[in-house]
Amino acid sequence: MAVKDRIPPIERNPHERAKDFFEVSLGYDEERAILEAQRCLQCPVPTCVKGCPVGIDIPGFIKQIAEKNFENAYKILKNYNSLPAVCGRVCPQEVQCEGACVLNKTGKPISIGNLERFAADWASKNQVSDQIKIEKKKNKKIAVIGSGPSGLTTSAELAKKGYLVDLYEVFHTAGGVLVYGIPEFRLPKNIVKKEVGFLEKLGVNIILDIPVGFAIQPQEILENYDAVFIGVGAGTPKFMNIEGTELNGVYSANEFLTRINLMKAYEFPKTDTPVKFAKKVVVIGGGNTAMDAARSALRLGADVTIVYRRSENEMPARKAEIHHAKEEGVKFLTLTQPVRYIGKNGKLIGVECIKMKLGEPDESGRRRPIPIEGSNFIIETELAIEAIGTQSNKLLLSQFKGLELNKWGYIKADEFGRTSIPKVFAGGDIVTGAATVILAMGAGKKAAQAIDEFLS
Amino acid sequence: MNLSNLIVEKKKLAYGIHMFWIENELVAKNAKAGQFVIFRAYENGERIPLTIAGIRNNTFRVIVKAVGKSTYELCRLKEGDKILDVVGPLGQPSEIKKYGNVLVIGGGVGIATIIPIVKELKNHGNSVDVILAARNKDYFVLEEEFTDVDNLYYVTDDGSKGMKGFAHEMMEKLLKEKKYDISWAIGPSLMMKACSEVATKYNLKVWVSLNAIMVDGTGMCGGCRVRIGNELKYTCVDGPEFDGRLVDWESFNTRLIQYREEEKLALEKYLEKVGEPTWL
Ligand SMILES: Cc1cc2nc3c(=O)[nH]c(=O)nc-3n(C[C@H](O)[C@H](O)[C@H](O)COP(=O)(O)OP(=O)(O)OC[C@H]3O[C@@H](n4cnc5c(N)ncnc54)[C@H](O)[C@@H]3O)c2cc1C
Ligand code: SF4
Ligand code: FES
Repeated sequence: MAVKDRIPPIERNPHERAKDFFEVSLGYDEERAILEAQRCLQCPVPTCVKGCPVGIDIPGFIKQIAEKNFENAYKILKNYNSLPAVCGRVCPQEVQCEGACVLNKTGKPISIGNLERFAADWASKNQVSDQIKIEKKKNKKIAVIGSGPSGLTTSAELAKKGYLVDLYEVFHTAGGVLVYGIPEFRLPKNIVKKEVGFLEKLGVNIILDIPVGFAIQPQEILENYDAVFIGVGAGTPKFMNIEGTELNGVYSANEFLTRINLMKAYEFPKTDTPVKFAKKVVVIGGGNTAMDAARSALRLGADVTIVYRRSENEMPARKAEIHHAKEEGVKFLTLTQPVRYIGKNGKLIGVECIKMKLGEPDESGRRRPIPIEGSNFIIETELAIEAIGTQSNKLLLSQFKGLELNKWGYIKADEFGRTSIPKVFAGGDIVTGAATVILAMGAGKKAAQAIDEFLS
Repeated sequence: MNLSNLIVEKKKLAYGIHMFWIENELVAKNAKAGQFVIFRAYENGERIPLTIAGIRNNTFRVIVKAVGKSTYELCRLKEGDKILDVVGPLGQPSEIKKYGNVLVIGGGVGIATIIPIVKELKNHGNSVDVILAARNKDYFVLEEEFTDVDNLYYVTDDGSKGMKGFAHEMMEKLLKEKKYDISWAIGPSLMMKACSEVATKYNLKVWVSLNAIMVDGTGMCGGCRVRIGNELKYTCVDGPEFDGRLVDWESFNTRLIQYREEEKLALEKYLEKVGEPTWL
């Protein structure tokens, strides 16, 4: 029997959506969701589940959608994943569940991400209230540092178990990368707000504007709390550090995106934080951050080119985002590496690049890019945005003496988040290096279990 | 924990230079000389870095110079108002210990900024000479707080108080006569640059405090990066104090004016709305 085609989600017209910051994909309506859910083979040994970092009962929730029991579908999801509306939108499904789906062989895996998102959005629209069972209050206090996906998850899990949780965040808004990094057009901020509101309902005490390590000393935290979870992320941007990195017009993607997302610079001067609006923008990198920066620059009216040193196959970004970026008119210049910024009176006017070819695979299994001598050329541009990766956030760690780090500067922790200090647990990007939302959440959940065991 | 961010005292020190005492127990308890805070005065407001210029009980002090829309608005706030967000203390504290002879230079609003540094240096048993530099005699804000320094020198652009000239000229004059073990120069970046050149000539370490443009102040955006010797450093987490002799002043100064057009536009729009800024 021929496998039916995947049901595409409803998406806004690329030309129209490339001019605003509203969400690009509108997901499935009920009819489409059911049709897609009906494609699922309900495998007795579902391979998709193995591909899911938190082991969601995927055929289980899909069956409920196929049978129009949307509320049940949502409840199954919630058992495994506290943020299905977020994960349905931002998980790299093609290398996780969808990549592992038996139908992937035919090139038509089930759209698990869209189905997850559908169930979550349906529940939100129909005001399905989460039945929260909060266990009897335990007289034990936990400090959670950082309100990204790992900190949010740990806080929620521990609050449900009856612990008193203080969640500290240095920014004026909770959510970590979900609020400052990932743009509105991919993850509407009211979804994150709702999840943070849910934590408050659970009784989590969210304390914003606190740089832990500076406003509160690590020693005080250790004395005042029964356990500590560190989820401070890998937020510090790296630069290639080529000539001209100080020029005006060179940004890290983090800065560019933070100005736009967190500080709403796209509404400047209605809002107070500016960002440069440019006619031509070059974005360097091939990950989600690069796609987000490129598509944000496009929405501010720029002609945008992504420069990436390997080929498109090696780009780590979600496939859907690469596809969206292209549809919206972002240009791709692959096998190209910037070697120098060119400035005039302190302002960027161009990027000198060199052409690359792919050689033997490196440690990551991806083919190593090699410069082609003499192939240098110049791209004229007003802005260059570097999205070449991040490193460990040292704000807290620089003050937290005695906590063992690995050779890359991330916290040494086992799979349950246990660190070199008995009371202290850690998870998310600050342990693994920049990874994904779902891995950070999974780490938060495991650490919450470990903390519960530690304190029982 | 009292984190009310209430303005408990506010005073105009000179035209466009206002002093605030803000209630925030965590900042007051933890702040050390040389550190800063970030303010966001209201929703959709900018995040503004300000050096902490004193501590009193549960409150801390900042001095705001009105230079653009956000600081004009900040200066308009009154006692009893609240700052929406106060984050801090941030940054590395000044390296205070017993050095011997120390020269500290404060220019403009930098005069207020050096108060905690001078105080701590004195507490550590140093002999501290201070140069205060300002446009004219009306801009020596808080000069009454320098009573226990060893020698106090004044410099003005117009000669209305002390020597007529610039801070670095007075600095050089002193260095010719006396040996110092270390120095601080905090004020407008042109002053800090000039003082750093003098310090290089006399082989004296000089700490400057860089007022880079910041967003988060937590090492997360890299917007505050500055070249120190051969290295790229983040002012907010590696600084704000650096050895002025190693700072790449040219790129630092051009980065400071990155948003000049945007700042001008924002201020124009704001003044259109509010009229004459009589409160400054
Ligand atoms: C632009 C961008 C796009 C991305 N897109 C995707 C995607 O599509 N799919 C996906 O799965 N992943 C994506 N990621 C990666 C994903 O967002 C991260 O892996 C995830 O957010 C990590 O979560 P975390 O909880 O470890 O840390 P973070 O989300 O980084 O949160 C850490 C929080 O800790 C706070 N903090 C740090 N230090 C302190 C301190 N001393 N005191 C108090 N608070 C502190 C920070 O301010 C921050 O809010 C993207 C990342 C970026 C930057
Ligand atoms: S592997 Fe694919 S077809 Fe099989 S249960 Fe999972 S989603 Fe359905
Ligand atoms: S202000 Fe963002 S890294 Fe310093």
